[in-house]
Amino acid sequence: MSFSDEVLARLDADAAQIIALYPRARSALLPLLHLVQSEEGYVSEDGIEYCAAKLGLTEADVTGVVSFYTMYKRRPVGEYHVGVCTNTVCGVLGGNQILAELHDHLGVGDDETTPDGRVSLEHLECNAACVYAPVMMVNWEFFDNMTPDSARQLADDLRAGNPVTPTRGPERLVTWREAARILAGFNDDQATQGPAAGPADLVGLKIAKEHGWTAPEPGSAGNHRAGDHAKESR
Amino acid sequence: MTDTLTPVLTAHWDQPDIFTIDGYRRAGGWQALPKALGMSRDEVITVVRNAGLRGRGGAGFATGVKWNFLPKGDNKPHFLVVNADESEPGACKDVPLMMANPHLLIEGAAIASYAIGAGHAFIYVRGEVLHVIRRLRNAVQEARAAGYLGQNVLGSGFDVEVIIHAGAGAYICGEETALLDSLEGKRGLPRNKPPFPAVAGVYALPTNVNNVESIAVVPSIVLNGADWFGDLGTEKSKGFGIFNLSGHVSTPGTYESPLGITLRELLELSGGIRGGRRLKFWTAGGSSAGILTDQHLDVPLDFESVAAAGSQLGTRSVQIFDDTTCVVGAVLRWTQFYQHESCGKCTPCREGTFWLVRILDRLEHGDGTEEDVEKLLDICDNINGRAFCALGDSATPPITSAVRYFTDEFIQHHKEGGCPFDAAASTVWSET
Repeated sequence: MSFSDEVLARLDADAAQIIALYPRARSALLPLLHLVQSEEGYVSEDGIEYCAAKLGLTEADVTGVVSFYTMYKRRPVGEYHVGVCTNTVCGVLGGNQILAELHDHLGVGDDETTPDGRVSLEHLECNAACVYAPVMMVNWEFFDNMTPDSARQLADDLRAGNPVTPTRGPERLVTWREAARILAGFNDDQATQGPAAGPADLVGLKIAKEHGWTAPEPGSAGNHRAGDHAKESR
Repeated sequence: MTDTLTPVLTAHWDQPDIFTIDGYRRAGGWQALPKALGMSRDEVITVVRNAGLRGRGGAGFATGVKWNFLPKGDNKPHFLVVNADESEPGACKDVPLMMANPHLLIEGAAIASYAIGAGHAFIYVRGEVLHVIRRLRNAVQEARAAGYLGQNVLGSGFDVEVIIHAGAGAYICGEETALLDSLEGKRGLPRNKPPFPAVAGVYALPTNVNNVESIAVVPSIVLNGADWFGDLGTEKSKGFGIFNLSGHVSTPGTYESPLGITLRELLELSGGIRGGRRLKFWTAGGSSAGILTDQHLDVPLDFESVAAAGSQLGTRSVQIFDDTTCVVGAVLRWTQFYQHESCGKCTPCREGTFWLVRILDRLEHGDGTEEDVEKLLDICDNINGRAFCALGDSATPPITSAVRYFTDEFIQHHKEGGCPFDAAASTVWSET
């Protein structure tokens, strides 16, 4: 194994904390893979060997797990890994165009990294933010309501090292490796930053407040909507 | 009469610090757990069962009944697993809930753990939502420090640890048995049922798996009572739920209403189809539920009515597409998703989705034939009901429903030798 003693000591301390969380050690495999990814930026043979040794598994067993999950990368990605959702809603609303224009703008294909190592690009499946379509993710933080222009600007800022703030997320966008460390189980200090919710999440609540609509007080009965309730309910 | 919208789960999302323990307590939070701990475990299960709560993850199975399946007095460790792997195309209710109000979910998880006798609750959250993971973990730390979690919760003698477990990118892990395999550190492959998780779940021990929204609603039911919840909604689809409206609407967004609201009502609230255009097709419950059309504007969005209309309420993920949208292209993209996410365990799903994509792709690009449409339906028939898990079955409703409502459009692609639609007209910026 080619991890240095210093790296090993650090990994061992983190791994011990992760494994201790679980009633059975093997449950720690996914977090441990995030941990080795945070160390090297991807899951290397060394990383696999490390996880296997920690949990008493074969390297083949661990490799089989790594290959199943799309978030584990088997080769280095950019310091900022950019995903463009092209599942149907985002794709139709412009995600397909954004992805195509970013390919051109960055000069990289799907799952490729810019020569400076700053930005890699992939298309994403639905990332649970459809009311903000088209959606992009950078290192798994939300960038909502994107356009081709805002996407190019974002890519340029990431390459230039300009500060970038996710739409619904912390003030400081973390690097790919820092993100992997959070996934492994170790929070940074940014949990309380950013909004509770974005504007589209509050649309219904705002309308309800404007109309004075609320859930009933406990004790007031007989609220069933009939089968053909649609009109009488207002 | 009940109000059109009834914010409960979403009621405090506009409070800037609702994700902190102080903010949550100021909004009335962490009051349900002490009340539940003052009840017997069976009493907690009974109130949830009497409320008529049905699972909010899509299947709609009665939550209280599910809790009751766990053996009692077996002296084995029990587990609660919260399915927070929200990945259904169109679904964006659980992720915002956990980002805005993580304590609500964790309070619900603590109560559910008490009810089923679980000493560990795992929240299996998809990995691709970093800030949600931060918020959840921070909330667990705050709740533990305040004595709501950990050993001897609030002096009751009840012990529970809540573990935030980040997935690593796999839609199949939203299937509850695949999720359990993944939680055990394996590839996320679905398991044969029976045995059901209540008998042999994580570590082959009794386990209850519930969706985020199903668990997050528990504190309000415990506080307000079964009748309060059960009086909302329809006779068989009780209570309220979160609806996400996305796509070609003037104001995409999240709405919380009693079950049984209609698309017509939701569209009125959201300003209608964008730019005065016409509704072409929509999903009631994510892509897996298949599509509906403008014939279905007045279908009450409850489990029974949507099923009677040939679709499913699913995750109440209402994706709206106007008349600029190519239905063949839309369904092709969904089908590519199912192919990509197929775990490969069973042949109908693994091979079937591969061929569905090939055929849809050539149809979309004008290289298909009329016979290809029949072939699509035949392959769907060979997947649906024959796949190992529900994910395989889920690949077929988008196709069968699209062919049912828009056969002519499939044929038109063939006759015109290509897609008759201009993709640029469907984008957000096409209107400006």
